[in-house]
Amino acid sequence: MTAEEWTAVRLSLLIATTATLASLPFGIAIAWLLARGRFWGKSVLDTVVHLPLILPPVVTGYLLLLSFGRRGFIGSFLADEFGIVFSFRWTGAALACAIMGFPLMVRAIRLSIEAVDRRLEAAAGTLGANPLWVFATVTLPLCLPGIIAGAILGFAKSMGEFGATITFVSNIPGETQTLPSLIYTLTQVPGGDAAAMRLTLVSIAISMVALLGSELLARRIGSRRQAA
Amino acid sequence: MSLEVDVEHTRGSFQLRAHFTAAPGLTALFGRSGSGKTSIVDIVGGLIRPARGKVVVDGQVLVDTERRVFVPPHRRRIGYVFQDSRLFPHLSVRHNLLYGRWFARGSGGAAGDLGTVVDLLGIGHLLDRQPDSLSGGEKQRVAIGRALLAKPLLVLMDEPLASLDEARRSEILPYIERLRDEAGVPILYVSHSVAEVARLATTVVIMAEGRVTAVGPVLDTLPLADASDGGSVLDATVSRHDETFELSVLTTAAGELQVPRLGAPAGAPVRAYIRARDVMLSLRPPEEISALNVLAGRVAAVIPISSAQADVRLDCNGALLMARLTQKSVERLALAPGRPVFAVIKSVSFERT
Repeated sequence: MTAEEWTAVRLSLLIATTATLASLPFGIAIAWLLARGRFWGKSVLDTVVHLPLILPPVVTGYLLLLSFGRRGFIGSFLADEFGIVFSFRWTGAALACAIMGFPLMVRAIRLSIEAVDRRLEAAAGTLGANPLWVFATVTLPLCLPGIIAGAILGFAKSMGEFGATITFVSNIPGETQTLPSLIYTLTQVPGGDAAAMRLTLVSIAISMVALLGSELLARRIGSRRQAA
Repeated sequence: MSLEVDVEHTRGSFQLRAHFTAAPGLTALFGRSGSGKTSIVDIVGGLIRPARGKVVVDGQVLVDTERRVFVPPHRRRIGYVFQDSRLFPHLSVRHNLLYGRWFARGSGGAAGDLGTVVDLLGIGHLLDRQPDSLSGGEKQRVAIGRALLAKPLLVLMDEPLASLDEARRSEILPYIERLRDEAGVPILYVSHSVAEVARLATTVVIMAEGRVTAVGPVLDTLPLADASDGGSVLDATVSRHDETFELSVLTTAAGELQVPRLGAPAGAPVRAYIRARDVMLSLRPPEEISALNVLAGRVAAVIPISSAQADVRLDCNGALLMARLTQKSVERLALAPGRPVFAVIKSVSFERT
């Protein structure tokens, strides 16, 4: 593999990992709100969270460009106040990936929170745990397999994200050129077939390792619960 | 300690209106299913917010709708033992037990350390197991221990034995008795089993259709309960064991009772529960009959329960005994208040609870 290809692989892993880890706390919070909350506008929140799943990725990318771009209302504020720039940076790619993977992540976590027996939470409350402690010591450990599944789904989605990323942060080698972007570029030039094939295999390998890893992790949590 | 409950609550078409004060010891909420017992326990535990009313434990106001007081469950210091033990599946027995204690750090209250509670409940060998691997009876004992270690001011038990078979029940009952007598924590105990209430309760609150119909000491109050296996409770002492026939002789205010051999040693206090339908009445002292127990008494009252049956309340030397008879027998024997009678009870009709 060429240096350019390695760079794209490393960049993709960095972007996907950052996107997954950074969005996980928000994912858990939103999933909890949707699973347990009773508030006005819950269905609106549900719809907004799911929007990236239904919208064409290019539309999501364009909306990101409008809002988080240099002249976008959020982008210019962040750049002026904090010096944080998303547009045409790898951080922007991570943001796009996080938003595209968010619905999948929230969905998996929400289902697992809904499956946690609320009577156990009530029992924890009578033992003196306030709602936050109940969440940390009962709800969270019991829905851990769902959280792992959600994180893996988000990671896999980030590894494959193309449309929103290329629209928002373009296809700059070394900065925003991810694995899918490079494969796309290689298929556009004569003689790029072999390299595209190599990267395709790398892409398949990474996805399978991620899936197997999550499977193993889930099984270990399950067996620890059965054991002793 | 004192517990005062005075609440009104509506759920669907069910209306709850209850007012009672509980004395120290074990207070049993007794009634058929759907009479509102669990709702009351949930209100005391903070799982239900009553529409109107007041709950006071030891002078501490937990709920007062007029003053808009509602203490959330985690600040009430009330141990709740649920019908389905609700142990945390991801924690070992040891960590289940210690869960509440961690939040109760530094605060006073009854029954302190792990060792004492583990010994009291006989669960030392289970500490490193996971809840999934426990039997129903073991789970309930761990659940009781978990509630106790949270240093509660009051323990709520919502039919803790209902999901268990007969053998498991008799395995746990002695532990609840020890809890009542040794741990010094007041207990509010929900049950629809007369036998359980007769054995455990200090005070009984009888409920029907969301109302409290009677409150008082178990000996006086339980016979008033409207139950299919209703009866009376006698305080007794084991006076001796008859090893030849495997019988135990009990001394009660009403006279001596011979019952199937008990495990309790001579001198131990026990309670005898005599179902009204197991009591036969005779106007003359019966001779040459198989039944071993004949108690002399007087009819105190005849309470018709239907056009076919009646409960006869007897005063046997100050102790209250109930007999359920047909209306036909009541008429044939001309049973009326003041009439001297002999109550006949077969020894085999006693069951161990």
